[in-house]
Amino acid sequence: AIRFEQKAGQADKSQWSGILVFAEQEQGEIHPVTLELIGEARRLGGPKGYEVNVALIGGEGTAERAEMLKRYGVDKIYAYEHEALGSFKADSYTKVMADCITRMQPSVVLVGATALGRSLAPRLATRFHTGLTADCTKLEMRENTDLVQIRPAFGGNVMAQILSTESRPQFATVRHKVMDAPERSAVATGEVVFCEVAEEMVSSAIKVRSVHAAERSCGIEEEDVLVVAGRGVKDEKGMELVKALADVLGGQVCCTRALVEEGYGDPTRQIGLSGRTVKPKLIVTCGVSGSIQFASGMKNSECIVAIDADPEALIFNIAHYCINDDLYEVIPPLVERLKQKKEVCSHAFSLS
Amino acid sequence: MKIIVCIKQVPDSSDVAIDPESGTLIRMGQNAKTNPYDLYAIETALRIRDEVGGTVTALTMGPPQAEEMMRDAYMMGVDETVVMSDRKFAGSDVLATSYTLSQGIKMLEGADLIICGKQTTDGDTAQIGPAIAEHLDIPHVAWVKSLEEVNDRFIAVVHQMSGHVQVSEMPYPCLITVDKDIFVPRLPSYKTKLSTREKEVRFLSFADLPDKNLSRFGIIGSPTQVDKMFPPEAAEGQVHIEGNSVEKANRLVALLSEAKIL
Ligand SMILES: Cc1cc2nc3c(=O)[nH]c(=O)nc-3n(C[C@H](O)[C@H](O)[C@H](O)COP(=O)(O)OP(=O)(O)OC[C@H]3O[C@@H](n4cnc5c(N)ncnc54)[C@H](O)[C@@H]3O)c2cc1C
Ligand SMILES: Cc1cc2nc3c(=O)[nH]c(=O)nc-3n(C[C@H](O)[C@H](O)[C@H](O)COP(=O)(O)OP(=O)(O)OC[C@H]3O[C@@H](n4cnc5c(N)ncnc54)[C@H](O)[C@@H]3O)c2cc1C
Repeated sequence: AIRFEQKAGQADKSQWSGILVFAEQEQGEIHPVTLELIGEARRLGGPKGYEVNVALIGGEGTAERAEMLKRYGVDKIYAYEHEALGSFKADSYTKVMADCITRMQPSVVLVGATALGRSLAPRLATRFHTGLTADCTKLEMRENTDLVQIRPAFGGNVMAQILSTESRPQFATVRHKVMDAPERSAVATGEVVFCEVAEEMVSSAIKVRSVHAAERSCGIEEEDVLVVAGRGVKDEKGMELVKALADVLGGQVCCTRALVEEGYGDPTRQIGLSGRTVKPKLIVTCGVSGSIQFASGMKNSECIVAIDADPEALIFNIAHYCINDDLYEVIPPLVERLKQKKEVCSHAFSLS
Repeated sequence: MKIIVCIKQVPDSSDVAIDPESGTLIRMGQNAKTNPYDLYAIETALRIRDEVGGTVTALTMGPPQAEEMMRDAYMMGVDETVVMSDRKFAGSDVLATSYTLSQGIKMLEGADLIICGKQTTDGDTAQIGPAIAEHLDIPHVAWVKSLEEVNDRFIAVVHQMSGHVQVSEMPYPCLITVDKDIFVPRLPSYKTKLSTREKEVRFLSFADLPDKNLSRFGIIGSPTQVDKMFPPEAAEGQVHIEGNSVEKANRLVALLSEAKIL
């Protein structure tokens, strides 16, 4: 393995310039966080006139997918394709990324804060004896190229500003849906650099036995998106609407106790004092009054959208987005609109 | 088989606030407890030991009070505990902490399997495990959600990726970080409490370590600095969405997209 005898406090900053984005692929697809990191890298590097380059590592088809990235305003796309890189192995991916970093000598390396990224980045930063800031929500670059990194800690109760002033490269991981992806441009400007994958890079102690799509857990506590049916949902038709909304949002249906009592709700999916406590990124309540017993199980959700016919409903005291309307009227156009939006997004990304 | 499990003492509540005057941390709870995610790591270690045979050593870097945490680890059933404590370790970031722990592991003559929790509830980076593996030049797998096969030659684990689960196999020595819910952590038992009362917590300091190069430890060995801390911005005001049903639906989608919730 390549070892760097650089210690904290020894980097000559002028030797390191530009920004390198690690482009995550999982089973042949580029993770959408990649585009967001490219957008952010361009914003950060703009004033310095920094190059923004991308490292794309993977199995068969990687070189082709590298072409796709050409239209997002990047300079070089380093493509490392080898059948042994088809699945993630922390040790061999580290060797490949180390090769790319040594080639480019970037000032900053951005990695998605995904399961893969958070396994790879710490290993890589350690190899270069440099700092890594986890889960950044905001980045700025100073005139002297120091990266100002802001991240939550203590479960989100505190924001910390972190700097690595003496060492290079500066590594940061960033979550999906935090930064802005650039528009896809009509002209392809990036250049694909095909990099040789040496046997030493793919030799790994890890043997991948299998990879399969994750089955969706039915534990509603783990879900990022929940749609709740309350007593305002009065029949099978209402349940279908709620289900359609959950499907298009990629979430799960749950319910209040009143709905369990009405016979439409599944008791294992009841939220509240005598049910489950949840904290999803998004929760949409439909025909839920927002009793204290219900709210105690969901009030810490990151974003609460409430749909209720009663303007005085308690749920509107804790909701971030309030829709005072009949759920039977508002859910159908909502589902329609979300479907349209999804199509536009997947279309934009599949075009190369 | 020799297993080392890395555990950290954290404030008993992450309910902290920032003093607006001084910008320093105000801790609500004065007490410390074992990082809750590390209980899953201990449980995993104990189960593997009970199945394959061997010993479990709990290792921490922290202030001397970490001894209390090690009493609890004994009560759960670990065989040996080691606290790495020295003023020279103060102010360590991930790089320095993981290096110090890797030095401790070398002092203990290594391990076949090293197990970490998925993250802590204070620093919250989830970076220590992979960084230790790199210092020791051994393979690792992070975010392990279940064990598929364990014997005295290798371990095969199921781990979560973004949209997939992967099953990976590694020979020893290697490191895993385990997700919550891999197993239900056992409660400390009164019987073990009695039988481990006399057990000693071993302390290691800087002077005991093989590497005497101070520039790798503590604040000097830490490339990252916490420059300042501040409270998160308050949630934005409530939005009442008006219009007819279709307008409301469209407006909501636009607002959620803008806020990057969709
Ligand atoms: C000890 C105890 C424990 C409890 N634990 C729980 C618990 O864990 N979980 C729980 O949920 N409850 C619990 N409850 C019950 C709780 O007090 C409420 O009765 C319950 O949450 C009400 O559910 P709801 O909001 O679905 O129904 P309701 O309060 O009847 O509200 C229905 C809402 O739907 C609206 N609505 C009606 N028609 C429409 C329409 N067409 N379009 C839009 N909106 C419409 C109404 O305006 C109303 O706001 C508990 C109670 C006790 C005493
Ligand atoms: C607000 C704040 C933000 C910070 N941000 C960063 C940052 O972005 N980058 C950075 O490099 N440092 C950062 N630090 C410093 C970092 O938290 C500490 O250096 C700490 O030693 C390591 O990380 P952690 O708590 O994040 O552990 P994690 O990496 O989340 O812990 C994972 C696992 O490693 C093991 N482990 C962790 N610490 C120990 C220990 N001391 N002894 C034994 N086992 C252990 C446990 O098994 C644990 O479950 C930050 C500190 C604060 C207070």
